[in-house]
Amino acid sequence: MIDSILHYTSGLLLLLGCFFMLTGAVGLLRFPNFYARMHAAGITDTLATLLVISGLMLTAGWSLALFKLALIMLFIFFTSPTASHALARSAQLSTLKLTYVPAERTQEKDQQAQSRMGSKPGSDIEVETTDGSSV
Amino acid sequence: MMLYATLVALLVVMSLALVRAVRGPTIHDRILAVNMFGTKTVLLIAVICFTFGEPEFLDIALVYALINFVSVIGVLRYFEFRDSRKELEGKEPEKQNPEALRD
Repeated sequence: MIDSILHYTSGLLLLLGCFFMLTGAVGLLRFPNFYARMHAAGITDTLATLLVISGLMLTAGWSLALFKLALIMLFIFFTSPTASHALARSAQLSTLKLTYVPAERTQEKDQQAQSRMGSKPGSDIEVETTDGSSV
Repeated sequence: MMLYATLVALLVVMSLALVRAVRGPTIHDRILAVNMFGTKTVLLIAVICFTFGEPEFLDIALVYALINFVSVIGVLRYFEFRDSRKELEGKEPEKQNPEALRD
């Protein structure tokens, strides 16, 4: 009874972890600029790791493996956001600056972009390099 | 059963991260993809332990998590003030971004 409950809960957690991992990977591959990609990867990285390791912990039962998994989980829980922060700060300090664009200019840019390549309107944030061209 | 599905999903995610690491226009995209690849490697080793019933492999996952974090921070320190356009277009940067030196 309790075994089957543990088994199915573990399977559910692993499945959820897989889902978040795949969403993050698709976001990393498909999003238009660096900060959007970092948003997708950074958020799903932590959550998917926690879910998968929780699922493995339920499989492990009371053993040394449980303790080691808890250690890995704790470590990734702290280091993954730290790495994301360091990456964003490094990008901001180099030439990949995130600049605020007022709404009117965004609409102009959207119209230009639509006429150029038929893309959808974006948000009012864009990534610009120092010489003015967008990445 | 779910362990095997997780293995397959992890391999797919790692290959997608590799695609971004190869394609990524700037150095920061590459570092982001490599960081994600490393995190997924830790998970892959942990899942492999339980799939093949070898709990000793968890030590490797733990060490890999530590090394991955330190290496990402180290590479980021190295590229912090680099001009990422140089790599993009293969030309020398004109000069250092003045705002980058502010703090």
